Amino acid sequence: MAYKERLDGRKDNELRPMEAKIKVIPNAAGSASFKIGKTWAIAAVYGPREVFPRFLADPKKGLLRCHYSMMPFSGSGERIRPGSSRRAQEIAMVMTKALEPVVDLSEFPNSVVDVFVELPQTDAGTRCAAISAASMALADAGIPMTDMVSAVAVGMADDKIIADLTYKEEHIHEFNEDSKGAPVSDIPIAMIHSTKELSLLQMDGEISKEDLLKALEMGKEAIEKVYQVQVKALKEIYTEA
Amino acid sequence: MSEILIEDRTVVVPGEILAKGMDYLPGENTYRKDDTIHAKVLGLTSVTGRVIKLTPLAGPYFLKSGDKIIGRVIDITMSGWRIDTDTAYSAMLNVRDASTRFIKKEEDLSKILAIDDYVIVVITNVTSQRLIDVSMRDPGLRKVEGGRIIKINCQKVPRVIGKKASMISLIKEKTGCEITVGQNGLVWVKGTPEGEFKVQRAIKMIEENSHLSGLTEKVESFLGGAN
Repeated sequence: MAYKERLDGRKDNELRPMEAKIKVIPNAAGSASFKIGKTWAIAAVYGPREVFPRFLADPKKGLLRCHYSMMPFSGSGERIRPGSSRRAQEIAMVMTKALEPVVDLSEFPNSVVDVFVELPQTDAGTRCAAISAASMALADAGIPMTDMVSAVAVGMADDKIIADLTYKEEHIHEFNEDSKGAPVSDIPIAMIHSTKELSLLQMDGEISKEDLLKALEMGKEAIEKVYQVQVKALKEIYTEA
Repeated sequence: MSEILIEDRTVVVPGEILAKGMDYLPGENTYRKDDTIHAKVLGLTSVTGRVIKLTPLAGPYFLKSGDKIIGRVIDITMSGWRIDTDTAYSAMLNVRDASTRFIKKEEDLSKILAIDDYVIVVITNVTSQRLIDVSMRDPGLRKVEGGRIIKINCQKVPRVIGKKASMISLIKEKTGCEITVGQNGLVWVKGTPEGEFKVQRAIKMIEENSHLSGLTEKVESFLGGAN
């Protein structure tokens, strides 16, 4: 049982190629597109605007509301049922929790900022791509934020600690000859850049304590790379050509 | 030992460290954490003496008492009109503040301002819960008739107006249009159809290039000798 070389030939801590852009949805207050390998997230921010239904409104501060959706054709060929699902609702909830610590809506009581994320194409790591895109879109919308949030998945496929798992690596026992019945873990993390606090930490699968700490350490470095891509995209359209 | 980490007029992202040490002071859209100053918005830095502040590149309009805005009538109540301000909050225009003349109790308010009419008003009061009162009693405040409404990013309003209204008077002069810019990012333009169209394109151009310098010259050459 061993997973020697990664299926796509990357180094253990190497991320898939990333591409980011802001202002992709002219109608929205702010928007961003974030690609990492074959995973692609598009985020659009609307508001602050009036809250409906009314009872959700908070008279002390504005509300942040996320929406996550995979497009019907975004998977590997099987049609994904459009609309909300238990999974989409959970991811929307963890996204909100990941972004809430940095977004300051105290100036906008009784209002809501809506963040919509759509994924035209997916190959694992969607919630991380969604959070990275949403964070850029919020910044583009000019929402007061104390920091940027960047996210990436780390994990363990068979006996190897790796960053930014693909769908095949999350199902390593199916795709690698030597890894039949091997354990896999997938740990999406989101980090607030300057304080290095984690605002999202989930896990699927099994991993030992030592390996988990090693993986998180790897994640910290990987997230720095995501952050660089985000910052570059936010700044480049404002620099004179 | 204090040091500043950014130059004047650079683009920074939220969370970016602007300065270290207690000798610098956090201005608008920045915050201090321990002994560092961070950016709180995507914006352009502006350093004056020891104060570092940020001019946002985009962002929602903060309702401020004394601002002149353009709004749309969305409802008529017993005591006045409800005005959409193109923000998360609607404003109240009381009958008392709507006109300098006396409006009788039994008068039909929809004859004065109907739903979907646009009005130029000034904000007189904003509460912590963002209940807003507006007034139409001062000179220049009125219901707009004809022309068109253009929506722009409210952070670009100062650029559209220009220093001592230089930009807006340039556009007015070159196109012969009547223009009113609301602080909330709604602009009302009235003139010949060609003129209105030209103004619309000029304003879009200012909005897109607002972070660059030498904008007045660019607008001037765009408008050329048009009249």
